[in-house]
Amino acid sequence: MTASLEVDRLAYAYPDGTQALFGVDLRIERGERVALLGPNGAGKTTLVMHLNGILTAGHGTVTVAGLPVAKGSLKEIRRRVGLVFQDPDDQLFMPTVREDVAFGPANMGVRGEELDQRVKAALERVGMLEAIDRPPHHLSFGQRRRVAVATVLAMEPEILVLDEPSSNLDPASRRELAEILRSLDVTVLMVTHDLPYALELCERSLILSGGVIAADGPTREILADAELLAAHRLELPYGFSAG
Amino acid sequence: MSAGHHHQLYRAGDTPAHRLPPQCKLAAVVGFVVTVVATPREWFAAFAAYALLLAGVLLLAKIPPGFVLRRMAIEVPFVLFALAIPFVGTGERISVAGLSLSLPGLWAAWNILAKATLGVVASVLLAATTEPRMLLLGAQRLRLPPLMVQIAMFMLRYMDVILDEMRRMRVARESRGFTARDVRHIPVVARSAGALFIRSYERGERVHLAMLSRGYTGSMPVIHDLTASARQWLAAGTLPGAALAVLLGSVLLKTGEW
Repeated sequence: MTASLEVDRLAYAYPDGTQALFGVDLRIERGERVALLGPNGAGKTTLVMHLNGILTAGHGTVTVAGLPVAKGSLKEIRRRVGLVFQDPDDQLFMPTVREDVAFGPANMGVRGEELDQRVKAALERVGMLEAIDRPPHHLSFGQRRRVAVATVLAMEPEILVLDEPSSNLDPASRRELAEILRSLDVTVLMVTHDLPYALELCERSLILSGGVIAADGPTREILADAELLAAHRLELPYGFSAG
Repeated sequence: MSAGHHHQLYRAGDTPAHRLPPQCKLAAVVGFVVTVVATPREWFAAFAAYALLLAGVLLLAKIPPGFVLRRMAIEVPFVLFALAIPFVGTGERISVAGLSLSLPGLWAAWNILAKATLGVVASVLLAATTEPRMLLLGAQRLRLPPLMVQIAMFMLRYMDVILDEMRRMRVARESRGFTARDVRHIPVVARSAGALFIRSYERGERVHLAMLSRGYTGSMPVIHDLTASARQWLAAGTLPGAALAVLLGSVLLKTGEW
């Protein structure tokens, strides 16, 4: 079976010469939920930007469900990889929720009744259908994050990539989002510092550190390895133990 | 949360004037204003007829006069300018209540006042019956330069976000004991404005990335199908059509006199 996402010896240096990725290898199977952990500056965001071709690999390849990321395939790649940004105000740029959720599929050429169905179905999946005609700035932060998830679900992606999905959420919104993410039957890659959230949602975790994958295994085992975590500036919050 | 304070121009309603597609209304207002501007300033009766036409549409749209008057405040600087012209104008002078006024100046002031007032009322009418975002969709539909329409759309969306950011920066300044009281504080406020600009610029970059990630290729996809029927165009055409009829009628009358 083809993997949802395959990254092979991916290396990247910014135009100013700073090397951010030094050969990243990873493979995520269809339906998996994987957490990407790592300290600030480890290259997490840089890696994410490669997954849908916003940054172009200096060396190595990224393949999404069998399709390599390349200039000619960008449109399809961006449909397959649903990127949810950290700040929902960056993600929700249209005047109303409806138009925002429709933006992706409309760019893919979906129109009329089918577009309407897609928008409603995506909002239904995140429990935000009643907000369909509201402007994003009238929603709470947690609601905006959920709508942000819907904007990429409407594109029926192969893999959902979330950048710090739990940041700035109050405990109830954080739990609601977890329930929504668990209910989706889609491959998920979640970039986070929130280790309990990773444990709650992802059976498998990767540690990206110094521009390479430093660890790859079941989340529980990784979080139980205090030495490994400490070596990569990660730690469980006070009072937690993964054992 | 700031509840859209920049939408004060819009007055929700369900009248025929509200229901017309935005592109029809936009075209109608432009047509009306062009007709008004093309009318020679001496034709008082024509201006009175235009005003009556506008009043009729305001009545139809159920917009109370007070609402229109308050929103006409934007015209005040032009009014002040127009009022100054008869005093500073040159040419033949006449004496009104002991004041020496320039006759060409009076005509110029009347010209500005009459045309500007009709234009502003027509615009207030448009804004009062059309939501800002619909107005932009109408502009898009009329094939106005897409870049300008998109910029206006983002302004509408991010106004509150940026105002919030501005407010947070002010709170941060004041929390550290700063209050802007006199001119010596201008540099501090100016630096904040610069920081705000950079933050907004960076946000723009992030928004652009988010747009690219969802397949943006330079033009906004058509999401609302805003087709207008011939009947709706006809309905919207009533106002500029009637104004044009007044103008043409006046032309015929005037030429008949000669």
